[in-house]
Amino acid sequence: MNSRISFQDVVKTFPLKGAEFTALDGVSLDIADQEFVTVVGPSGCGKSTLMSMAAGLQEPSSGRVLVDGRPVTGPGPDRGVIFQQYALFPWLTVRQNVEFGLKLAAVPTQERRRRAAEAITLVGLDDFADALPKTLSGGMKQRCAIARAYAVDPQVLLMDEPFGALDALTRVQLQDQLLATWSREKRTVLFITHDVDEAVYLASRVVVMAARPGRIHRVVDVDLPYPRTEEIRLSADFRQIRNAVWTSVYHQESTAPAA
Amino acid sequence: MAVIVPPEKTAVAQAPRRTARRSRHRPLALNVLALVAGVLGWAVVAALELVENLPTPLAVAQQAGDMVADGTLMTDTLASLRRVFLGYALGVIVAVPVGFLMGWYPTVRAVVEPYIQFFRTIPPLALIPLTVVLLGIGEVPKIAVIYLASFMACVVSSFQGVVDVDRTLINAARVLGASDRVIFAKVVVPASTPFILVGMRIGLGASWATVVAAELIGAQEGLGYRMQKASTWFEMDTIFVSLITIGVLGLLMDRLLLLAERRLTGWQERR
Repeated sequence: MNSRISFQDVVKTFPLKGAEFTALDGVSLDIADQEFVTVVGPSGCGKSTLMSMAAGLQEPSSGRVLVDGRPVTGPGPDRGVIFQQYALFPWLTVRQNVEFGLKLAAVPTQERRRRAAEAITLVGLDDFADALPKTLSGGMKQRCAIARAYAVDPQVLLMDEPFGALDALTRVQLQDQLLATWSREKRTVLFITHDVDEAVYLASRVVVMAARPGRIHRVVDVDLPYPRTEEIRLSADFRQIRNAVWTSVYHQESTAPAA
Repeated sequence: MAVIVPPEKTAVAQAPRRTARRSRHRPLALNVLALVAGVLGWAVVAALELVENLPTPLAVAQQAGDMVADGTLMTDTLASLRRVFLGYALGVIVAVPVGFLMGWYPTVRAVVEPYIQFFRTIPPLALIPLTVVLLGIGEVPKIAVIYLASFMACVVSSFQGVVDVDRTLINAARVLGASDRVIFAKVVVPASTPFILVGMRIGLGASWATVVAAELIGAQEGLGYRMQKASTWFEMDTIFVSLITIGVLGLLMDRLLLLAERRLTGWQERR
């Protein structure tokens, strides 16, 4: 199978108070090029660990994580990462933040300016290009972080609960903007969330995880067309898929040992 | 009351931004008022001779005038400032890299930390007798003690600055392709600047406090020396002139660093 990201029987354990804690136990998942996959699950199911390993910030204890068929050995500009805490450099302006990765890639000044400007336009922050992060709202900060990731033109976007810290309204707006951005510049997206609605609305496939040990509980295909609209969000089909995902996220306790 | 008029006038002149202006000027007006009240209180206490040998503000001002005229105040101030700047600059220049190395390399931290924790518990002034024996009574022991005082204040804060750098920022740089060296220069250094500047301010305070005491031993000039000598001759007004000079200079230097801090770390979010 020609997959962009591939987790192959991934196990991740951490030492915890002398014992071994299994964060992920035998996770296998293939994500195709330009696919939008969301991972949803209760806290402690290892969904962030999964993303961290794809980003190259953590290594699997056993098993393999492949990106474009090659094992991940560390972070790289081919994979853009967006963190829940925005992780903007507070001493740099929006433009300087977006240019950060381009500078590291030694992109010539002229092209760097152009690509940064494009990315800033893509997320609609033109009026704030020279503003410092402290003057931005949470939603704008996250848009800036998305622009920073897009600017280096990664084939893969890894997003770790990017909208988790935002209010409900801003979250919905950013979901629509993210989808709009993604439909213009298709990338492979692995999106971690604990919000079932968000998971279903964005994805073509929802991976439901279970905790203790972290593993894939179920994979739900979302057979809803893109572009996703408010109409879809309110449709019976959406509700049906959402309910199915909800049930498998919140009623999995019966199958797992009580904690 | 004339003192508070100028700020009020500015407030009126800039009518559109009146509220912001006024709220910024009111504390200043109160500061000045408090100072004036303090000096008046001092004058009353001195005039009524409530405290024995307390010179009046006027006598102190006259003495200050004399000391400016004959050049002693300038000589003393420059001598003290020179010692502070040499010791302090040396302390900061050594402390910042050492703090960085301690924060960045656990090995360096493990080797250096016991010494720092130990010497931190010894007040720099307690080392004066030792430095006199080891280094004599010239400029070197005074500068060495000031150096130690500022080094100790600064090394801990720059170390803490590196340790406290947000891991997500480091990860964010790493996933954008930054090497360890780039992360250090472009993330760790700017992120720890606020800590370092706080350490520098504390260090400056410590240096200034130390110089006066250091000058009590075998100095020929300096504000501390002048006070020591004046106290043996019972020259209260000279002591007051030196004290006030020390206070004013310390305040000025602190404000200067505060200004630098505001300029360099204005990007910080204040919560």
